Amino acid sequence: MALELLKNVILSKTATIYPIRWRSRIYAIAGLALLLGIIVIVTLAVGSTHIPFDTLCRVLLAKLPFIHAEPTWASNIETIIFDIRLPRLLLAGLVGAALAVAGTTYQGLFRNPLADPYLIGVAQGAALGAVIGFMLPISWQVGSIPLLAFIGAILAVAIVYSIARVGKTLPMTTLILAGVALGAFLTAITSYLIIASGDKLHGIISWLLGTFSLTSWWQVAMVTPYIFVGTIIIWLHARPLNVMQLDEEQAQQLGINVEQVKMILLGAATMITAAAVCFCGIIGFVGIIVPHAVRLIWGPDHRFLLPLATFAGAIFLILSDTVARTLLAPTEIPVGVITAFLGAPFFLYLLRQKKRAIF
Amino acid sequence: MFNLRLDNISLGYSKRTVLHNISLEAKPGEILGIIGPNGSGKSTLIKGITRLIQPISGQIFLDGKDIASMNRQALAQLVAVVPQNPTLPELFTALEVVLMGRTPHLGLLRYEGEKDLATVQKAMEATQTLAFAERRVGELSGGERQRLTIARALAQEPKIILMDEPTANLDINYQIETLDLARQLCREQELIVVVTLHDLNLASQYCDRLVMLSDGRVYCHGIPKAVINAQTIKEVYGAEVYVYPHPVNDLPATLIVSDKDRKVF
Repeated sequence: MALELLKNVILSKTATIYPIRWRSRIYAIAGLALLLGIIVIVTLAVGSTHIPFDTLCRVLLAKLPFIHAEPTWASNIETIIFDIRLPRLLLAGLVGAALAVAGTTYQGLFRNPLADPYLIGVAQGAALGAVIGFMLPISWQVGSIPLLAFIGAILAVAIVYSIARVGKTLPMTTLILAGVALGAFLTAITSYLIIASGDKLHGIISWLLGTFSLTSWWQVAMVTPYIFVGTIIIWLHARPLNVMQLDEEQAQQLGINVEQVKMILLGAATMITAAAVCFCGIIGFVGIIVPHAVRLIWGPDHRFLLPLATFAGAIFLILSDTVARTLLAPTEIPVGVITAFLGAPFFLYLLRQKKRAIF
Repeated sequence: MFNLRLDNISLGYSKRTVLHNISLEAKPGEILGIIGPNGSGKSTLIKGITRLIQPISGQIFLDGKDIASMNRQALAQLVAVVPQNPTLPELFTALEVVLMGRTPHLGLLRYEGEKDLATVQKAMEATQTLAFAERRVGELSGGERQRLTIARALAQEPKIILMDEPTANLDINYQIETLDLARQLCREQELIVVVTLHDLNLASQYCDRLVMLSDGRVYCHGIPKAVINAQTIKEVYGAEVYVYPHPVNDLPATLIVSDKDRKVF
């Protein structure tokens, strides 16, 4: 297991061919996980209501068992931290992780640097589902919008998948083309509905750009199992995904059941993407840029790339959302605007730095 | 003794049969060459032995076991392929690509252990690829990539190595180097090596036995001397050539001549 590798790399008895890269990548995974933890705590303090850091620490410590701290803070502080900021932060982290992992998976499966989690219809299906939800005379509380978005996303991919399938095999190029075509069709319907939406336009547009406002705990609870299970499944298939970077024939000749791996990975990546977008909308850019940035820095080995992208995606979206809710507070900027606005320059900088093949 | 046996096998794609009723056998320590014109079914044969395509009729036996009854992983533990012009992911290091050769020996949850790394190191030593183990594949030359895929095949610890046109894109020095290596590995590690070749001189010099395919059927087979002569090449390839005994080792050497001078002889 991973522990065996860890032990071997760190002790490295047969040091001659153990690459130094492995050790640095393992440290990078641990480092990013730690950074994620720190960022979660620090950003809890940031917002329209300023919470001094020492107050935050005391509020957090008081929640731990066996520690009794006298509540010296205003009672609304606790509400802000635990009922408003923490769920929002966690959802942003989960969604960022999910989109980055799904993007890495799609890029690996399609062996295409332009692939992102929305490539084969997830976004268009989710958008249509959500817009239909907005048109219904039911409000957010009923949960029809996320449910319809989730169903729309899964249905769209299922249709694309069944169209592209030839006998027992799934040609990836056909899959992409079917995804693009169905996506265009769904977008046409969505666009018409948006024009016909009248006073619901503002809500629809901000959903389409992606936003975490009004996040509550039940949303976090709903999304977590999907993203957690899907991510674990994908992590476990890191080596087959590496071997599939050769090409399908070579992968088969190395003993990989290519069609089965494709199905499992497509299913898992689609599931976590659908879960990620259904509450907060179509947040762009995370799923395509985070995998590339991580690959540029730490290399293409999916056994390291996938966990690194998971943590990097979470960090990136938490930071983006913090900017989105504080920059023009109390007005919120859609987080999708921020991800592109912050992410694009950083990515262009990385491209300038490396100047070699990036995929 | 481990052997590879094709029993009256026919292979093809959906409705088109490419190979008809092929029977042949190969033994450890022996290089079996498959020759024949373009489209005669050489690559199809390799796809059949690695079960990328299912036989239309007939069976393929590894050590008496029908490969149709084996799963991919078990098959890959016995048979490794050195593909023609393989796609190799450019950002991976040479070492990472050779490590992929361990795939058939590792389960989903296992990472490479000491033994796997030792095997890979040996494979890379044998192919002289250790020197660029940490370089990215995108930076390697054609010859280095070819040696890398051979190292990957060795890392699989197979009983059989199938090489599909291993010399097709190499200059003459790398052609010799590659086949020298193939022969050395074949003899030392008691491997069965099956190699498809376009170059009749390489086939004659390096293969212990040859199978000449024509239109998907075995035209003739045997030691190089029995297979390569002006008459068979005329009949199978439709080419006018001259075949003489090689001055060094008496093996058949094929000489070509342009139409300008052909009539003089």
